[in-house]
Amino acid sequence: MKNGFSVFLAAFIALGFSWCGFVLAPVKQLGTAKQTAVLNSSDIYPLQRSGNATLGLQVYRANGCAACHTEQVRQDGVACDVVLTSAGKNPTAVSNLVAALKLTSLTKDDAGAVSDQITAAGGKVETHINATGADIARGWGVRRSVAEDFLYDDPVQPGSLRAGPDLSNIGVRDPDLNWQLVHLYAPPAVVKNSAMPPFRFLFEVRKLAAGDAPSPDALQFPKDFPTPAGCEVVPTPEAKRLAAYLLSLKADAPLYDAPFTSVMK
Amino acid sequence: MNENENSSLGGVGAAAPARAAAAARPPSEVSSSEIDASCRVPLLALFGGAALWLVIGLALSLAAIMTFHKPDLFADCAWLTYGRVQPAANDALLYGFCIPAALGVMLWIFARLSRSELALPLVPVVAANLWHLGVFIGVVAILLGDNTGFAWLEFPRGSSVLLFAAFLLIAISAVATFGARRERELYPSHWFLLAALFWFPWIYSTANLFLLAHHPVRGVAQLAVDSWFANNLLFVWLALAGVGTAFYFLPKIAGHPLQSHYLALFAFWTLVLFGTWMGIAASAPLPAWMPALSSTAAALTIVPLLAIVTIASRTVWGSVAGHWRNSPFCFIGSGMDLFLISSLMLIAAACPQISRVTEFTWFGPAQTQLQILGFFAMTMFGAIYEALPRVMGFELPFPKLVRVQFWLCLLGVLLWAGSLASGGIEQGMKLNETSAAFADSTGVVLIFLRAGTTGLLFILLGSLLFAANIFAMTLKWKIALLKSLIAVIKSPLEAGSACASLRRDKEVKS
Repeated sequence: MKNGFSVFLAAFIALGFSWCGFVLAPVKQLGTAKQTAVLNSSDIYPLQRSGNATLGLQVYRANGCAACHTEQVRQDGVACDVVLTSAGKNPTAVSNLVAALKLTSLTKDDAGAVSDQITAAGGKVETHINATGADIARGWGVRRSVAEDFLYDDPVQPGSLRAGPDLSNIGVRDPDLNWQLVHLYAPPAVVKNSAMPPFRFLFEVRKLAAGDAPSPDALQFPKDFPTPAGCEVVPTPEAKRLAAYLLSLKADAPLYDAPFTSVMK
Repeated sequence: MNENENSSLGGVGAAAPARAAAAARPPSEVSSSEIDASCRVPLLALFGGAALWLVIGLALSLAAIMTFHKPDLFADCAWLTYGRVQPAANDALLYGFCIPAALGVMLWIFARLSRSELALPLVPVVAANLWHLGVFIGVVAILLGDNTGFAWLEFPRGSSVLLFAAFLLIAISAVATFGARRERELYPSHWFLLAALFWFPWIYSTANLFLLAHHPVRGVAQLAVDSWFANNLLFVWLALAGVGTAFYFLPKIAGHPLQSHYLALFAFWTLVLFGTWMGIAASAPLPAWMPALSSTAAALTIVPLLAIVTIASRTVWGSVAGHWRNSPFCFIGSGMDLFLISSLMLIAAACPQISRVTEFTWFGPAQTQLQILGFFAMTMFGAIYEALPRVMGFELPFPKLVRVQFWLCLLGVLLWAGSLASGGIEQGMKLNETSAAFADSTGVVLIFLRAGTTGLLFILLGSLLFAANIFAMTLKWKIALLKSLIAVIKSPLEAGSACASLRRDKEVKS
């Protein structure tokens, strides 16, 4: 390159290409995304978070929770289970067939073949789809995280390090508000060997005079946790918002791009 | 490099004879010492602040890692909580130390390669102060909870505006100096450093306009833009600035020309073409074409990486034995070695099979720490130690500390990044082992984090020695300036008193 202009041109072309690819294209493709339909249901996903939870996202951001927690579940693939719903007119033949076949953890094609065989014998079946992978086996989610999960968040907080567990489904996993608040105030009180720093600055410790009724918001600690006598711990509005945000983290809807069969419990 | 450049190598501290020689030359020629003197105030402003931010950034890193020694250490102190201190430390190191140090080195290299004095020398002085003010506002804002929430773009808008304006001002001065060059031909350092000057305004304005404007982009498009920005700053910008600096200093110190011009051209093109597409994590919740494209680009980035390493090793080949006592050479040489390691870590982590283990673990922070504190900081230390004595016109006040700092920083960064990386691999294997409890995956890392803290302490000690040299130099220069100022103020008084005594003599005579 002989002169400054050619260097400029080289840099412009190279950076311009990647700008079009990784800035312009995703903004065009994802920036106008809308709510989508939940599979086999008339519901739409995601719903806007509640006011308190939306404010809680800002507490999450301000205290850098994403430095240690991800909100992304990884998935290796899917496994299918074939479930017999009705034995039909020839129950003996169908039950013999079912006993002879492998019905769980099948690939999509195998599940199709098995259900065809059972249907031919006169039985009725359903195919259930389950996501697989280490994160899902840990109970961190029921499917991989997809773009829709972040639709209403600003800023999105996907995180990049798991010094603490993944939180994309924490609202399903630990739906108890008191548990969340106690965990924020003193993590070891509810999680053994927790490495999380306590967020005591989000709480107020108040002296209770004899005969005073405790605040309805006061934390209910586990019995074996040593709490100072005559005091109560009350969450500040910030702590309540943060807990509301955590409880609103529920990536549990089956979607077209991340399907699974939700089983009623 | 050219003769004028080489002849100045041994001429540190010989300012007075050089000035006499300059007077004898035709007025169009500018001597090296005059070029160096024109850079003095801007470089001191940039390097002084950089040294301070380096120490502050490392101290904040140390405060952050203490959380893993004792989780409830800062439980009552909001501004020292891990999630605030950690990004503040990272940004103090990247924006506070790396970028201003690189800008100072760039200005000097441009002036030297142009063989002309620094153009608009007042502009970078103002810009350096604006820049450091911007970093100060940003770091304080993060500690107070005004973090924007985007990785490597945590500074709030007020601070970003200052940084952007300051960068443009310095770039104007650098480009004006470049325009005043006496030879039309460009050196490979020119390409890399000019590209770095062009890169930052583009990526920084894109990230700020798309993420922090009144109507930011929605949903995961934010993740795409932030990943693109972070990769272009942490990998591409640091590589352009660091490799450009190394390509200037290595041939000068080794006394061989760069091997070779054409390979450097190839390395430059492939670096900017492939490196810019990295940065999207394999399992990111984005359309599948993006991570796929990103890991392909990462695999292709091996090409410029090998080219750069080949150029550097062929250039210094045969002269290592003669120069291994030369501290700047050791700093820049080991910086290039660490560049190879950290880039290979980045490329490996983008490979889908390996990222199954390393993703979401401490392996990622290990790579960025090695990139910033290993490759880039080491290269900048070498460049500053080589440039600053010439610019100031006197030797370093504590030359022996430079050697101590070299070993402290090298061992420290290897221990720090090495522990984080091996801890990350252990953690990743535990995370994938579904029978192991999650607490096991955090438990195995603790011992590595604690060992790594020793490394971080070493780097902090090294950075204190660096700051000692820079500040002692600044102080010495300021004292000299003050002395000459006092002399200037005193001289008319002395002249006045001489007149008064003359008058008295006349009166006596009459």
